Amino acid sequence: METATPNYFLIIGGVLFVMLNVAAALIWVERRLLALFQDRYGPNRAGPFGLLIVAADSIKLFFKQDWIPPFADKPVFVLAPAIVVVTVLMSFVVIPFAPGIIVADLNIGLLFFLAMSSMGAYSIILGGWASNNKYSLLGAMRGAAQMISYEVFMGLSLMGVVLLSGSFSLVEIVEAQRGLWFFIPQIVGFVIFFIAGIAETHRLPFDIPEAESELIAGFHSEYSGMKFGMFFIGEYMGITLISCMIVTLYFGGWLGPDFLPPIVWFILKTLFFLMIFILLRASMPRPRYDQLMEYGWKVLLPLTLLNLMVTAAVVLWVSE
Amino acid sequence: MELTFYIAAAVAILSTIMVITRYNIIHALLYLVVSFLAVAVVFFTLGAPFMAALEIIIYAGAIVVLIIFVIMMLNLTQEDVQREKEWLKPSVWVGPAILSAVLLAELVYIVAAGTPPQTEAVVAVDARLVGLSLFGPYILGVQLCGILLTAGIVGAYHLGRQKKKVIHRFLQERSAAA
Repeated sequence: METATPNYFLIIGGVLFVMLNVAAALIWVERRLLALFQDRYGPNRAGPFGLLIVAADSIKLFFKQDWIPPFADKPVFVLAPAIVVVTVLMSFVVIPFAPGIIVADLNIGLLFFLAMSSMGAYSIILGGWASNNKYSLLGAMRGAAQMISYEVFMGLSLMGVVLLSGSFSLVEIVEAQRGLWFFIPQIVGFVIFFIAGIAETHRLPFDIPEAESELIAGFHSEYSGMKFGMFFIGEYMGITLISCMIVTLYFGGWLGPDFLPPIVWFILKTLFFLMIFILLRASMPRPRYDQLMEYGWKVLLPLTLLNLMVTAAVVLWVSE
Repeated sequence: MELTFYIAAAVAILSTIMVITRYNIIHALLYLVVSFLAVAVVFFTLGAPFMAALEIIIYAGAIVVLIIFVIMMLNLTQEDVQREKEWLKPSVWVGPAILSAVLLAELVYIVAAGTPPQTEAVVAVDARLVGLSLFGPYILGVQLCGILLTAGIVGAYHLGRQKKKVIHRFLQERSAAA
């Protein structure tokens, strides 16, 4: 990290470029895959396989009127969509895509990711509050409660991995998985992290803060144009981030048989989890709000604590 | 590193002043978040990255969100902003401000006259060291915190306990009949 070579800036630029493009490409991937799962065609008119829908969508978002409601709290209203994009992009700083391809190998990498994801909650809360609209406020309150609750399990479920690898640094966590990927000893932690990750990115089936059938669009009802686009892009980058984290923490990151370069392994694994996210959206109904909270606090929290205690006991037992 | 410390410290102080002087509570809380973030950077520059991360996760990420959560339910209007404005009269803040100014003057004097603190001896305090000291010399404090938290959880459960409501109307009729 100390050698700030041009290579270093190349990595930063590369990560930024790739992530923003992945988010855009996911628009197309999601629509095509949803259509596939639901036995429809999906977008197939503009360009080969409908690929140009990404361009059409972006141009539409850029040229739409960017309207700020007169009853909104203007500075906060403008700030909110920026927060989600900034926090998600900041989280990519600590993700090791391949040996050497990482922006900063912090020794608190995992905590940095948790910190950034907890700051992401502000975009929902502030966006919903600043809109000064009943539905937005309801969405924001649901979002705040959901994200705060699921952050708890998210953090605790990761601690099993930290116990096994003995480090918060993501590079060291990946290196510690040379023998055995962590999803085998940490299967409970993995499942809980995955569920919490869906709730953190407020994707279906846990998209309760926006729940279009009951809250119009929840916290971003009043947003239009590129400000809405920021929430949209932020969500896609969020699921990319969670997929990257799952791969890094539980599926050996860049590790894999030698016939493919490490970065390709990382991308393949991440793509697999992105598809799972989309498949979940296509197949799961949305739970009721109180069901979500009950499920979190009464099922996931005890399970997480149990997992943590058992892991700690096993680690102690093995080391003695 | 020294420059980042001074910048972060200045941001922390400025944003904390903004917290006190804003009439709109949400804006004040936003400045509070900025203040916490600045304090986290201060921790980081002083060689405590673990504390910095916890500062963001716990204070900026959880506690302030909960405060905002409560304030959102209050439905504040322009009248409340006006009332806040009336409350913040000079007669209220002049006294504390003078006392703080005295403290500030003392601090400036100490910093200017006293020996500069040894910045070379900074040791990075990582998670392992924090854990060792928490479960070593400070084990009593950890256990007391545990008891306090347990009491808090039991109390919250008691306050929040209610009979399970049947929300669906068909089920309600059936349970009334049974």
